[in-house]
Amino acid sequence: MAPLASGDPFEVVQMEDETVPEFSNGKPKRRYHFRWWRFIVLLLAGAYILIPLYAGLKFSFQGVTGGFSTLAYTSIPSAPGFTAALALSFKLAIVTMVVSTILMVPTSIYVHLRMPRFRRVMDVVSVLPIVIPPIVLIVGVIGDYPLWARSSPYLLSFMYVILSMPFVYRSLDAGLSAIDLKTLTEASRSLGGNWIKTMWQVILPNIRPALLSATVLTLALVFGEYTMASLDLWTTIPVWIAQFQVSSDGHVQVAASMVGLIGTWILLILVVSLDRSQSRRNRRRTA
Amino acid sequence: MTQMKESPMTESTSAPRSTGAGVSLENLVRTFGKVRALDGLTLSIEPGEFMALLGPSGCGKTTALRVLAGFETLDSGRVIVDGDDLSDMTARKRDMGMVFQSYSLFPNMSALDNVAFGLRMRKQSGRVRRAKAAELLDMVGLGDQRAKYPHQMSGGQQQRIALARALAIEPRVLLLDEPLSALDAMVRAELRDQIRSLQQRLAITTVFVTHDQEEVLSMADRVCVMSKGHIEQVATPAELYSRPATAFVAQFVGISSRYPVDAASQRVGLFGQDCPVRSGEGSALSGPADALLRPEDVSIDVDPAGQGFVTRKSFLGAMTRLTVQIGEIPVRVDLRSDRASEIDLGTRVRMSVVARDVLIAPRQPIIEEPVS
Repeated sequence: MAPLASGDPFEVVQMEDETVPEFSNGKPKRRYHFRWWRFIVLLLAGAYILIPLYAGLKFSFQGVTGGFSTLAYTSIPSAPGFTAALALSFKLAIVTMVVSTILMVPTSIYVHLRMPRFRRVMDVVSVLPIVIPPIVLIVGVIGDYPLWARSSPYLLSFMYVILSMPFVYRSLDAGLSAIDLKTLTEASRSLGGNWIKTMWQVILPNIRPALLSATVLTLALVFGEYTMASLDLWTTIPVWIAQFQVSSDGHVQVAASMVGLIGTWILLILVVSLDRSQSRRNRRRTA
Repeated sequence: MTQMKESPMTESTSAPRSTGAGVSLENLVRTFGKVRALDGLTLSIEPGEFMALLGPSGCGKTTALRVLAGFETLDSGRVIVDGDDLSDMTARKRDMGMVFQSYSLFPNMSALDNVAFGLRMRKQSGRVRRAKAAELLDMVGLGDQRAKYPHQMSGGQQQRIALARALAIEPRVLLLDEPLSALDAMVRAELRDQIRSLQQRLAITTVFVTHDQEEVLSMADRVCVMSKGHIEQVATPAELYSRPATAFVAQFVGISSRYPVDAASQRVGLFGQDCPVRSGEGSALSGPADALLRPEDVSIDVDPAGQGFVTRKSFLGAMTRLTVQIGEIPVRVDLRSDRASEIDLGTRVRMSVVARDVLIAPRQPIIEEPVS
């Protein structure tokens, strides 16, 4: 750079040796440097997740003679006990989702509207089911609940409501935080809406992605929970997989696990897509 | 922005009620912890009147509006509308239309559905709902936007839809909670005029909360200036500006400069002139006091032996505001711009009072005044 000319301190001076940044469309070009360690981390993480999946998929497509076969997948529906286990898991998932929604949606709305300071407490309470092992919960239930309650599989649903609380509450909390809940509620109330209509016609449609996310996560949890169901002696899909594994060569069970896993992934991708479209709408609204 | 249409109502649906309701707020008290947001507020609003609640942040104006709407409970006091005591009534039964500060349209509904929402809550038939909502959208000049969703509309359009939605239920009172504050200056000025003309046409009792003096002075029939939960003055905009009852009002509404004087027998000596004291809270003061001077209350002439010198000039169009430093006291003076252009910064000037009387208040320590 040339030295400042003497005299007028505000004199414009020619810059020399100044690196002129490259611009494209008015924006400075970002330079991406290849960081080899990032690639290694990504590779390791990918291998950690994908190798077991690959092994499972390969095993499930292996025929008796070792060649490629889809027999394991086509024989899933006719495997003994599968239909009953699937039906039970579905019933439990539906009851869990309904109870969880009925319990958590009004609670979350109430906390947001009337007790915003209580949200921190809710944050802590909602993660307790992750801290407390499921086996502790189910042992307590089996020991203390009356026989008539334990004789129904739906008792499991109430346990699953507790287990799903961290996912459901956090999804709803994020959804409710993304809208101006107080103003929307007051607008509805001033126009004559009662609480049920306000919730049904104003709040729920605007937190739909959060609700969907909560229900999908609950579904995934119910279809993956083994400890409670097996200790309470109910054959849900995870229990069936474990039990049938013992009495067969395992191809069908692995195939069923793969179907469950991929199905859950597809659902999650759908939820993320819905969430993104909702975010875009919100951005446009606030622009 | 399109203009509002003048007479869109047809016989198929009833037009919004043309006579407003009288509102009486009686001795309202509301505390939040140790803060007394409303401290015995008593205010009467005539049917069809446009009343503005004006005051600085935290003065209780929004709390008063929310109490009237039914969103806040009262510690004591009564809210009377058309003779009915609404104090214990829930918000949804009060029949009040409200436009909020933040955009409050339901994002999942189109403009038409938003306007029709209140009618749906009142179990009106789909045909009536749609017809009336369409008429109100026409009234606010957005008839062609009925299918659009809130995220597809500008802020000004959203607030006009919110206004139509509030009017659709034919409210007893229209409540406006700083509805223009989120809008840019041009849209704000346009919507301000539109709200006022609509309010006058429908003669609907309206309570408008704002901290913007310009909005208040141009829109309201009467203004209630609030401070610390109580009323400082209720008056027409002109009276408020020209005859402020308290020093707070004089300083909050319009521009006032404080200048120390000695008061005696309802007269003060100011810039070598003997001026009568304006009736108000300080009229009985005797001894040290402050004169509250509007920029147009005083004039200046170039005089090398004058009391002060010009330190700042702000061009306002036809007028220019000059700040004259007299000792430690800055006094603001409005001059016609052509005359002000002849006076340079640093010019020594002689002050004179041109107002027929002067408002005085108890003396306060000198505080550096902000740039206006």
